[in-house]
Amino acid sequence: MTNILLITFTISLIYLGVANRLSSYVSALAFQGIILFGVAFIELIEINWVNLVFVLLETIVFKTFVIPYFLNYIIQKNNITREAEPFLPDFVSVVLITVIILGSFMLSNTINDPHLRKIFFVVALSALFTGLYIIVTRRKIITHVMGFLVIENGVFVLSIAVGNEMPMLVNIGILLDIFASVFLLGIFVNKIGDVMKEQDVEQLSNLKD
Amino acid sequence: MTLFNSGMMGYYLTGALLISIFLFFNRNKQVNYLLTVLFIALQWVFTVYEYHHINITELVYFTPDALAILFLIVLSIVCVPAMYHSHIYCNTKQENPRNRGIYFAATVVLLAALSAAYLSNHIAITWIFVELTTLSASALIYHRRNIRSLEGTWKYIFVCSISITLVFIGILFLSVAVQQSGGTDLFYKVLFEHAAGMNVFWLKLAFLFIFTGFTSKAALVPMYTAGIDAKDKAPSPSGALFSSVLMNVGFIGIFRFYEIISPTAIFHWANNIILISGFLSVFVATVYMLRVKNLKRMFAYSSLEHMGLIMLGLAAGGIGRYAAILHLVLHSFAKPVLFFQMGQVYRIYKSKSIYDVGNYFKYNPGGAMVLLLAFFVVTAMPPSGMFVSEFYIFRSLFEADKFGLLIAVLLLLTLIIWSFAKNIFKMLFIKPVNFNEEQVPKLNPYENISQYILLALVIYLGLNPPAAFVNLINDVISNLPK
Repeated sequence: MTNILLITFTISLIYLGVANRLSSYVSALAFQGIILFGVAFIELIEINWVNLVFVLLETIVFKTFVIPYFLNYIIQKNNITREAEPFLPDFVSVVLITVIILGSFMLSNTINDPHLRKIFFVVALSALFTGLYIIVTRRKIITHVMGFLVIENGVFVLSIAVGNEMPMLVNIGILLDIFASVFLLGIFVNKIGDVMKEQDVEQLSNLKD
Repeated sequence: MTLFNSGMMGYYLTGALLISIFLFFNRNKQVNYLLTVLFIALQWVFTVYEYHHINITELVYFTPDALAILFLIVLSIVCVPAMYHSHIYCNTKQENPRNRGIYFAATVVLLAALSAAYLSNHIAITWIFVELTTLSASALIYHRRNIRSLEGTWKYIFVCSISITLVFIGILFLSVAVQQSGGTDLFYKVLFEHAAGMNVFWLKLAFLFIFTGFTSKAALVPMYTAGIDAKDKAPSPSGALFSSVLMNVGFIGIFRFYEIISPTAIFHWANNIILISGFLSVFVATVYMLRVKNLKRMFAYSSLEHMGLIMLGLAAGGIGRYAAILHLVLHSFAKPVLFFQMGQVYRIYKSKSIYDVGNYFKYNPGGAMVLLLAFFVVTAMPPSGMFVSEFYIFRSLFEADKFGLLIAVLLLLTLIIWSFAKNIFKMLFIKPVNFNEEQVPKLNPYENISQYILLALVIYLGLNPPAAFVNLINDVISNLPK
């Protein structure tokens, strides 16, 4: 069951590569939240229930509802146009994300480690690099935040893989998650939206030498 | 555990938190002074207490070892002039009470988080407090509330969030290695004892991620970019903190992990990574120093260069390790001087650009003297203490048979000193164009005293280091293999 969920998660990464509208990104992120809820539920059922409730709340409430709602709110409030505006055509994106996933496979196959469940490693690395790829190749500032959220999801997958032994790390990861995303989005709502009309990364290139 | 038996660490953290909350809500200037003085007193009491209780763990997660004590003392010394210049900064800007409150509250949180991160003996706790420094630092960068500072803040938060995520991934890889060797703890001490039995592959991955992540705080290639913008856009007293004590926290993150892997087989490999990063930092700093037009950014790039040298010394081994720590301490005293002085320069010329400044000796002789002396100290010319430490770093590179690297670094340093001198001397002696002399404010010469004291400290510590200071540094590097 975990495998199916994780594979679905990876497919959603490819979907992010072709998605054209910002609303598709938001729903993909919400969908990933649900999948992570399932994975966390299956994997962490053995840890004590306080931790488990905390983790489940984080995935279902925070990742699935609060963040997507917040993103939609920002998009509407700042009148951000609905296109994602990538620098590269969609076809190239799909090819590159597939290459990223394949590369993670190859890398994890070089590891000879009976303890490690490779699928977690593969999915986490793919999400990490896909997130970085989205940050680099999209024009809008809001898509940078979404790329960052994809990276966070990858980190969450990785932390579940070690979470049975060290629940503390899962909790700290969640702390990072909530803290960084609220912080980034909060600045967006309060500051950037008011100051900049075109929310384009070209607006952020004044500081240089 | 209640507050009353939580020990000094508990009192300190609670006290700092309370002071910062009061600062945040307080609107009265006199109370503001009082609270900052109170914080400095608390900081000093805490530092002296920890110095006399070295290596005694408090609150499970905090142990003042030699490195922590060293950096804590540096922080306590630097924070006094930083607070003083912050008050001057806010007074001359006629800051409204709300912004002033936020500014000082954020500074107090930053200093307390840094102290806690120095003392932490658990890799995850260090990580949490480093994240807290990002939060408080970004409030300081955004202090001027214009579009440029917003850009600087956004970049700083974004790059720091990504780097802190990288550190977290590194910790996860490390925990895989730990579990395989049978441990469940992530205390530095336990990690150090078990490191030899850990899987090399996971340790390598962990090192790469943790090192890359902490470079954003330590101002090294590859994640140095955000730090440069931050030091430029923040008010100059905060810039002084960013380029001294905040860089130390990045170094401490790297150094503690470096210590852990020192008994393992990947030590040599890690040294090579650090050498590459250090050399690239010096190289990038040179490239930008040659063309930079903004003086504050020039000082920030100079920090990048010094951090690169420190890493070279650390990785070269031998006397270089001692020199690296010494250089870091001296740099933490020397670089704030330039930033503090930059605040005065800005008040006279209303600009940081090299095109707008000049003839500084005429308008503010005391400050111009500071700049001239600080230039000699920071570029490590005798009698600067940094001459001693840089000399030792070069000696260690020589002894490690890295002649090519040594020659390349020396060439780059020559270029750096040339461009540094070109800009500083232009500012000091050459008449500025289109500058209206009538509106020059008269600056109080006593403002410079704190800067002279810091410069004197750098010279004194380099030429005649007290025995206790030398012992602390030797204690720091005692865990590394010979």
